[in-house]
This record gives sequence, C-alpha cells and structure tokens, in this order.
Amino acid sequence: MLNVKNLIKDFGKVRIINPTDFEVKEGEIFSLVGPNGAGKTTLVNLISGHILPTSGKIEFFGHDITFAPAYRRIKMGVARNFQVTNLFEDSTVLDNVRICLFSTYGKIKKGLLPANHYKTITQEAVDILDMFGIVDRKDMLPSSLSEGDKKILDTSMAFALKSKFLLLDEPTSGVATGDKFKVMDTIISAVKKKKMACMIIEHDMDIVSDYTDRVLVLSEGKIIADGNPKDIMEQDNVKEILFGVTN
Amino acid sequence: MGFKNTILRPKSFVYAVIFILLLFMPAVLPVYHLMLFESGLTFAIMCLGFNLLLRYTGLLSFGHGALFATGAYAVGMMGKYFPDLYRIEILIPVALLASLIVSAIFGFICVRHTRVFFSILALALSMVLFALLVKLYDITGGSDGLHIDLPIMFGKSYEGMKRFEFLSGAYYYVLLCMFTILTIIMLGIVNSPFGKALQSIRDNEVRAEMIGIRVRRYRLYAFILSGLFCGVGGALWSFVNGHVTPEIAEWVFSGEIVYMTLLGGFMVFEGPIIGAIIFTYLKLYAFSITQYWMFIIGATLVALVLLLPEGISGGFVRLFVKLRRGKATGAA
Amino acid sequence: MENWIIYLLNGLYFASFLFLTSLGLSIILGTMGILNLAHGSLYAIGAFMAAWIVGAFGAKAPITIFFVALLAALGLSGLMGLIMETSIIRPMYHRALEYQLLITFGALLLIEDLIKMTWGGTAYYASKPFDVMGILSIGSNQYPFYFLFVMLIALAAGLGIWLIMGKTRVGIMLRAISMDREMAKAMGIRISKLNTLAFGMGAALAGLAGALIVPTTPALLGIGMEPLIIAFIVVVIGGLGSLKGALIGSLIVGETRSIGIVFFPEIELPLLFLIAVIILVFKPKGLFGR
Repeated sequence: MLNVKNLIKDFGKVRIINPTDFEVKEGEIFSLVGPNGAGKTTLVNLISGHILPTSGKIEFFGHDITFAPAYRRIKMGVARNFQVTNLFEDSTVLDNVRICLFSTYGKIKKGLLPANHYKTITQEAVDILDMFGIVDRKDMLPSSLSEGDKKILDTSMAFALKSKFLLLDEPTSGVATGDKFKVMDTIISAVKKKKMACMIIEHDMDIVSDYTDRVLVLSEGKIIADGNPKDIMEQDNVKEILFGVTN
Repeated sequence: MGFKNTILRPKSFVYAVIFILLLFMPAVLPVYHLMLFESGLTFAIMCLGFNLLLRYTGLLSFGHGALFATGAYAVGMMGKYFPDLYRIEILIPVALLASLIVSAIFGFICVRHTRVFFSILALALSMVLFALLVKLYDITGGSDGLHIDLPIMFGKSYEGMKRFEFLSGAYYYVLLCMFTILTIIMLGIVNSPFGKALQSIRDNEVRAEMIGIRVRRYRLYAFILSGLFCGVGGALWSFVNGHVTPEIAEWVFSGEIVYMTLLGGFMVFEGPIIGAIIFTYLKLYAFSITQYWMFIIGATLVALVLLLPEGISGGFVRLFVKLRRGKATGAA
Repeated sequence: MENWIIYLLNGLYFASFLFLTSLGLSIILGTMGILNLAHGSLYAIGAFMAAWIVGAFGAKAPITIFFVALLAALGLSGLMGLIMETSIIRPMYHRALEYQLLITFGALLLIEDLIKMTWGGTAYYASKPFDVMGILSIGSNQYPFYFLFVMLIALAAGLGIWLIMGKTRVGIMLRAISMDREMAKAMGIRISKLNTLAFGMGAALAGLAGALIVPTTPALLGIGMEPLIIAFIVVVIGGLGSLKGALIGSLIVGETRSIGIVFFPEIELPLLFLIAVIILVFKPKGLFGR
C-alpha cells in the first residue's frame, strides 16, 4: 500500500531524514520508535504532506505522492494526528470531529442548510467521541479539556478522516498513565474494525510490544531495525539506541 | 433541529416581529430619515458580506469599498450603455456578475498571502480600481461619476417620478425584501458545513489543511461570496443615492466598512447590521457638529479596539451574560 | 540616448522617495511586525511642516531655511511616531495582528484630520528651494539640481541607517529583534524601548520623504495615501524587513515609474501593481524576503 524509497529530507545543511526505505501493507498496524530528534515526526510530516522531501519517492497505492499537496493525500486516504495538539480552539469538541467528517464526506461545499441538519453525520461524530470516551464533553471548548483529553480529541479527529493509513504521533503522551492502555485499546480496535493501516509513534515499549507485531526503529533519520518487537529489542544496536545500554 | 423548531425559536419570532414593524417604516418615518435608513440597509448587506470574510474566515480587508463600487458602477454603466435593459431584474444579476469577476480577481491575488499582506493587498487593489474609475473619464464619468436613473421594477416604469417618492414607495419594499432574503442566505452560509469549514480555517489554518480543506481555495470562495454581497449592496445603494462617484472605491470608505462592522460588533452575526445602521446616523450627526469627521471615527476606532473590541453587540452580549450570572447568584 | 539618461535619473529621483518611505515602513515591520497604515500620514506631516516653514520663513535664505524645514519635518514626524507607539500601539502587542492594523488605521484617520486642524485644507506651496537650486546641464538636456539634491539626501539617510544598523549597539539590537524576537528578549534586550525607537526612526524617515517632495508638489490633504501604497509595493517586491530589499525594490519601482510615464502616462499605479503581483507570483516572499 505505502512504499517509501530513498527518502531524504534536509533542513538547510542538516540532514534529518537519511535515505530511508520501508513498506506498509494494507491494514498493517506497526510502531515507529526512536530517540528524540531521530526524525519520527518529520517522517509523519513528509508522508502526510505537511512538508516536502528533498528527494526520494513516496508511493501510495501505486500513485506517486512524493510532492502531492496535503489535501490530495488526505483524499487518497492518509490521515495524521499531531504530537502537540492542534485543535480548533473556537469550536466545540463535537464540531472539531464533525468538521473532519464533513470534509471526509465532501460536504464542506454545502452552504445552504445548517450543519445541525446533517443528522447522520452529527450522530457519527457523537459516536466517535463516545468510542474514544470523551462524548460527555462534546459541547465544551477544547480549552476546558485536560491535556490528555485534548490528545484523545486530536486522535479522534484523525480517525474521523476514515483513512486507509492513519499516522499517530505519540497518541498516548499526555494521557494519564492509567488511561493509556484504555486509549490504545480503543484506537487499535477501531482501526482494526475499519481495516485501517496504522503507524504509531511511541516511547513506551510496553505499548509497542503489547499492541503491535511490527516495529521500525529510527535513529538519526535512518531505519536501523524492522521486525517483531520481541526480536528487535534483543538486538544490540537497538538496545544501545533506545536504552543506552552497551556491552 | 428541524424546520419547525427553527421557526418557533424565540429569536426567529423576534425577527419576524421586527420584519413586520419594518414594513411600516414608510408610514412612520419622514422621507429624509427613510432614505437614510435605506442607505443603512444597503450598508448592512455590505457589512454582512464583509463580516463573512472577517469573523468567519479570519481575513481583514481594507479594500472592500472597491467591491461595493463595482456593484454601484455596474448599475451606472448599464444605465449609460444599455438603457433598454434598465430593469431591476436585469440590473441586480449584472451587478452580481460584475462583483463576481472583480472579487474573483482581487481574491485570487490576495488569498495567496498571509494575513497582514492580505489586508494591505486588498487596500492596494482597491486603490487601483479607484485610479481606473477616476482616469477612465469617458467610460466612468471620472470624478463626476455617473447618474443613476430610477429603474423599471417588475414591468413598472417610474420615469418622471421624484426620487424621494420612488424611495418611500415601491423601492422600500423591494429593498427590505432583498435585505431579508440576503440576511437569511448569509445566516444559512455561516451555519452550514461550508461556514464551519471557513471557521476552521480562521481557527487553525494548519489543521484545516490537514483534514483536507483546501485553505486557499476556500478563502477565495469566502472572498467571492463577500464580494457578491458588497456588490448587491452597492447596486441597491446606487438607487438611493442617485449618483455614483469614485469615492466609494477609495480607502476612506473601505475604512468605514471596517469601522461599521467593528462598531456593531463582528463576533455576533447581527453585529454588522447594527453597526451599519447606527453608522449612517452617527456620520450624519458628526457632520452636523464638526468638519473633522475622520478624527471622530479615528478616535472612536482606536477606543473601540483598545476598550471594546467586540463592538456594541459584543458589549451587549457581555452585559447580558453578566446580568444572567448576577441573577443566578443574586437570587440565591 | 541622452533622453535615456534623463529617464534613468528620474527613476533614481522617484526611487529616493520610495527608498526613504519604504525603509521606514520596513524598519517598523521588521522590528515590530506591525504594518503601519499611518505611514502615509506621517509622510504628510513632514510635507506640511516643511512646506509651512519654507512658505512662512523661506523668503530670505531659502536653502538654509529648507534644511531647517527638513530637520523640523523629520523631528515632528519622528515625535508623532514616538507618541503613537507609546500611546496606542504598545497596548496592542499581545493582540492579534488584525487589531494592530486597525489601530494604525485609526491613527491614520486621526492624523489626517489633525493635519487638517493644524494647517487647514489649502495647498501649501514651497517651490523656492527648487528654483534657487537651479539647473544643471547634462549634455543638451537641462536637469534640476534639486532632483540630484534629493538623491544625495536619500543616499545619506540610507548610509546613516546602514551605519546605525551595522555598527551601533542600538542598531545591532534592533536587527536582533527583527530576526528573532524571543531570542532577543531572552538575551535581555529591552524590547519596548527599542520598539519605540524603531517606530520613531521609521516615522522620521517618512517625514523626511514628505518634506523633500514639497518643492515640487504642494502639500495637500491626502498627499500621503499614494506613497503609502507604493511604499508597500516596494516592501512587498523587495521583501519584508531588509534594507537591501528596500533599496532594490525602490530602484525597480522608481525606474519602472520613470519609464512607464514616458510610454503609458495614464496607468501608472496599475502598472506598478501589476509588476508587484507578477513578482509575488514567483516569489511570494518578495525578492529578498525572509
């Protein structure tokens, strides 16, 4: 489904993403880990179209989307959340999700009937909020939410785009430790039900091994390992990168 | 929230009452005041359009006078070059078409830039139009402008009638109807999914782009819509004023548009309407007491921005909220 | 051939005014991030001040009085800028950009009528300095010495600003702020005092430009609006906040105007604007924008 070949991203003289290659199959759920500054968020930015690469190729279902604008990639089925929450602060929680649905269903061209008239879409927004456990706050503004709930809202918005490939950048960071697993349960079951492929950037290795069967390890812009979490975590180079352990 | 519910909501009821009251204006107001009110209504249409861009899309334009002028001059030019087609049923669509073209051009140039650039690019473009209106004397009448005759409305000619008679008679009702229809349309737009998309662009451009909203394109749509409203306002105003001159494309008038909207309050839907109508009376009053009109609006604008940025309607909303809160605690 | 020298010189002449106004606008925009819509009105203050001084006192010693007028114009506009910044702009720093624009627009309206209150609605002529400076012969053409004088003043002012920005502590701090405000703050630079200074400088430059125009054009109400728009076009073409951009932008616009007048006398402003738009299409941040 997704094919990344020789992807390079330079910021001025600094090379953030070294030639990177990997493939993602349809419906595949995997993690991306790596130390801070490795380029994980940059990778998400490149695939989602927030920034453009210096060189390389990104193919999605056979189409070359390397330099495609964001809206086209979203239409084709790439969606992402934001590590630092990026919400519509002046709209209610419900509206935040609902606008994503309007966009997905191509309704944003409709300018005559009030938004509330679209009952099915509104209900779907409520259902999504319910699934993620924040439906009781649906009429509040994001500023009244806790950091963790904001994060969950951000993720639910990305989910509402009904993509084929969902990129989640640290979806549980900021979420209370007790809730982390609940959130992951929701995400994984929702993603599996819709047969979405999903890449999860995580720092918590327990989550990585509990929820995903494949992990990519990114270090200094290069993928140094790709495989089953249990096997990968035994590798020396990985241990050194992630835990600072040397022999 | 069905259609029936919408009709029965208290706000709709209030508006219905206001509409009925307004129907009796010609009987109540002396002619001169009525004409002033009609000007106010056309400005209200213009400001509603302007606010679609300001409040709902987050773009501040200092050049919207040019779009108002486009509609007004469209009527004038039709009167000059196609007098046989001088019917209101044709004039309004022509004004809309002219506004569509001009706002598409303006919009296309302006929306590609960030907010500060946008504001002054709009100003600069309006000055270009102003310069053209002044210089192309043969077509536009230059600084003398164009005279606006009374149009044929739905088959009836008003030739020979005095303007004030026309304005206090049939025209008032046509204008009131157009105002009502346009207000309802705008209400629909801002509450629709399209309106929500615009608001998300204003709120968080980056996220809007990342959920599939083509920011530039939708800004252009908003610009064009606001231009259409201004153009209709201009066309309807031209009949009231009887004359169109380049001044309406100049920066002063564009500034007045911003001022009116701010005065009434741009955060509330009805704010621009209130601001436009108050402004027409305010301007007249100020003119009667001093020649330093710009000083007054400049000073009040500064005061508004510093002290009451949400305008009159915003002030009322805050007062209302305070009173409600006071009642809740005071009653206990 | 000789005509072309005249056209080029005229272009430099126009560019001189543009350079002064756009440099002022650019300093304010670069240091404070504010687009000063009242910039044209500050230009107008300079024009009226200079014209009035020359008209009232300039009979006896026109050149000396003219220099006094230039200084007074510069001073008054600069002062107005300082007053503006401290009174109405400073409270707006933490507000959205649109409010800042609105406040400078309010200032524009206020100042325009303040000018009307002070100097009335009539035109102020001040052609004495122009006449007195005489004519220079360039080949078989005659060129007003005053035009060259203006270019010299603009050059001197440009040099002065360049030295201030490059060599003095104040200038370096101003540049630091314009490059990265947060960092500058973190390094202990007093932002508010420097903002006031930057605004005063920008205003003074506008006032100087306005003063320089009056020997050729009378001071009239609204004289500052077109210079504002064209200065903006220059800043947009040249790129925000750069001295080099203001210089190159002024030259481009000045020469275009000079040559444009020869061939298309009627459509000056639209033509300039068209060029700005074309440049923006290919380089949205201007030629040297950051």
